[in-house]
Amino acid sequence: MIEWAVITENLPEYAAGLWLTLQLTVLSLVAGLLLAVPLAVLRTAGPLVVSRMVWAYSYFFRGTPMLVQLLLVYYGLGQFEWVQARWAEGNGFWLIFREPYGCALVTFALNTCAYTTEIIAGALRATPHGEIEAAQACGMSRLTVIRRILVPGALRRAIPAYSNEAIFMLHGTAIASTITLVDLTGAARNAYSQHFAPFEAFIFAGLIYMCVTFALVGLFRLAERRWLGHLQPRKAGSVKA
Amino acid sequence: MKRSLLLAALVLVSHSVVAKDWDKIRFATEGAYPPFNSTAPDGSVQGFDVDIGNALCAEMKAECTWVKQEWDGMIPALMSRKFDAISASMSITAERKKKVDFTDKYYATPLALVAKKGSPLRPELASLKGKRIGVQRGTVADNFAGHFWADHGVDLVRYAKQEEVYLDLGAGRIDATWVDALEADGGFLTKPAGAEYDFAGSQVFGRNAEEKAVIGEGVGIAIRKRDADLRDKLNTALKAIRANGTYDEIRKKYFPHDIYGE
Amino acid sequence: MLHGYSSSLLDGAWLTLQVAVLSLVLALVLGLAGASAKLSRSRVLRAPAVLYTTVVRGIPDLVMMLLVFYGGQIGINQITDRLGWDYVDINPFAAGVATLGFIFGAYFTETFRGAFLAVPAGQLEAGYAYGMSRWQVFRRILFPQMLRHALPGLGNNWQVMQKSTALVSIIGLSDLTWLADQAGRSTHQPFLFYAVVCAFYLAMTAASGVLFRSLERRYSVGVRRAAA
Repeated sequence: MIEWAVITENLPEYAAGLWLTLQLTVLSLVAGLLLAVPLAVLRTAGPLVVSRMVWAYSYFFRGTPMLVQLLLVYYGLGQFEWVQARWAEGNGFWLIFREPYGCALVTFALNTCAYTTEIIAGALRATPHGEIEAAQACGMSRLTVIRRILVPGALRRAIPAYSNEAIFMLHGTAIASTITLVDLTGAARNAYSQHFAPFEAFIFAGLIYMCVTFALVGLFRLAERRWLGHLQPRKAGSVKA
Repeated sequence: MKRSLLLAALVLVSHSVVAKDWDKIRFATEGAYPPFNSTAPDGSVQGFDVDIGNALCAEMKAECTWVKQEWDGMIPALMSRKFDAISASMSITAERKKKVDFTDKYYATPLALVAKKGSPLRPELASLKGKRIGVQRGTVADNFAGHFWADHGVDLVRYAKQEEVYLDLGAGRIDATWVDALEADGGFLTKPAGAEYDFAGSQVFGRNAEEKAVIGEGVGIAIRKRDADLRDKLNTALKAIRANGTYDEIRKKYFPHDIYGE
Repeated sequence: MLHGYSSSLLDGAWLTLQVAVLSLVLALVLGLAGASAKLSRSRVLRAPAVLYTTVVRGIPDLVMMLLVFYGGQIGINQITDRLGWDYVDINPFAAGVATLGFIFGAYFTETFRGAFLAVPAGQLEAGYAYGMSRWQVFRRILFPQMLRHALPGLGNNWQVMQKSTALVSIIGLSDLTWLADQAGRSTHQPFLFYAVVCAFYLAMTAASGVLFRSLERRYSVGVRRAAA
């Protein structure tokens, strides 16, 4: 028998949790994407040293679990006395890391930026050479070629892979509940702990996640139709192209 | 669909037969609540709760095994028969008695506010308004704070483990923690990490009937409602170890004062 | 240097590896089964496969793991009670492996489905024309070539899955992340122990990368590559 009370009594918390999840997802995706474009350009077209540095950053963030990154930032940084001193002083930059919200945003943004950088870099490398030649024939400078031809083309090509990354990010924000943030998963855990009802608490949260996922998938399909209509059907099945 | 898949994919399950004559008892504890229960570097559990459980088993001439269980899932896991008894400093409250049964208490602890030495905070709503108070999710402290303080302007921050609360208290992320006084004393204030911290205000056993109802009647061992025979055996054993001095020996290892209460 | 936790951390690392590999095996099995179901002509097989991949890819790993661990035991108990069987214990290890295998089985289903479709139909037809049985065609023609197309996707998914193993610490399995949590809490030095965990995962990622690249090379023998 379904204990509806578990859901109805905690509905405000679920709603607030959903709002927090959406904030974390959208803000980190946007920040990650904005940072990823210049990083991807540096990765593919920059000097070797810089390209290697970007590779190292992306290797670290893609090679370690986001959960561990989050705990490293939240509990790890908090252990150092000089960080605590900065907090006591009121130092604006370090205060970001005092709040679990700030820690989560920074970690998620850095993480998604690493993946997005690789996606866009791959798309940049897949630019048909003819486009670059034509741009150079038109007399465009290197920067102009990057700005007007390479990046827009790469962004288009990256949409399918990026849509997967966006969904991973939406699901990934669930770990914010481990550093006391009451996002959608956090609300479910509170509901479970108060009522001892795992099915009601978690299935309800799962259903909400599914709805948001479908909305996100739909949004990306619209984006593909608008910007990628000219390409044939892409290969199904690869999670990170 | 998922259930049948689970059954099909579970090559790693272990079967266990519930022992009705209770010569084999599976005890559970959290392992993150020193000095009552904690996890040693080699992964085994230790602490007051564990010692009491072992003493009871010795008295009952039963073989006890210990299982670690996250606090969040403690009662559901007991009801799902993952183990037979919980010795994890679980307070006896009316809310919990709806789901499980308890033995007689084996100690009692008030709740207390722990903050930096010299902090002006007191365990009253007026003092705590606007402050960030850390609690462990699903404990009596959580219920108390959630009931009396959370919707009245106190910023309640819930953690999965009490040890995480201390980490954040030390880092300055929360202003104070609301916790079992005995655990705070033995698990934090007497350790190097807790050197600059102390109890803030008096310890609270329940200042009126409403508070008493939330705080409960002491700490007991939880068992499933239908295992009344196990409960009776444990109660008999408990009386025995209190009478023959084993209880006091164990208590002295961890606490200088008596913790049983009235 | 690690405050006496080094041997337990090693145990945790070993446990993490076990979870990763066993989940991979389960996911591969479910993926192949799911892909076959999705590609089959029968609606009865296709519908549940579609439901499986849609639902599983719509819910976060963590939520599913919490659901399976906390709720699964209750569910299993109800089934075993009704059937009169003995109590079947779902320990965190089983729950973690089952959940991860189940989740990534859905992703592998999509990978395998794409890979199966990428093998030119003409080759299969030629095989049948030669009188090969369905099993022979599968074993000699479809499977090896499908694998070549599947490997990049499988490799990517495996990289993601390796790191998802860290989530089992949240349901209390004493894997590397859980032990690092606990060591950090006891010694009040979480940074050190999380850094150790990162190093371990980086090593695992590097090793897997090498392994998959060599697998791809082996299965791409004779295939002409466009200039990279």
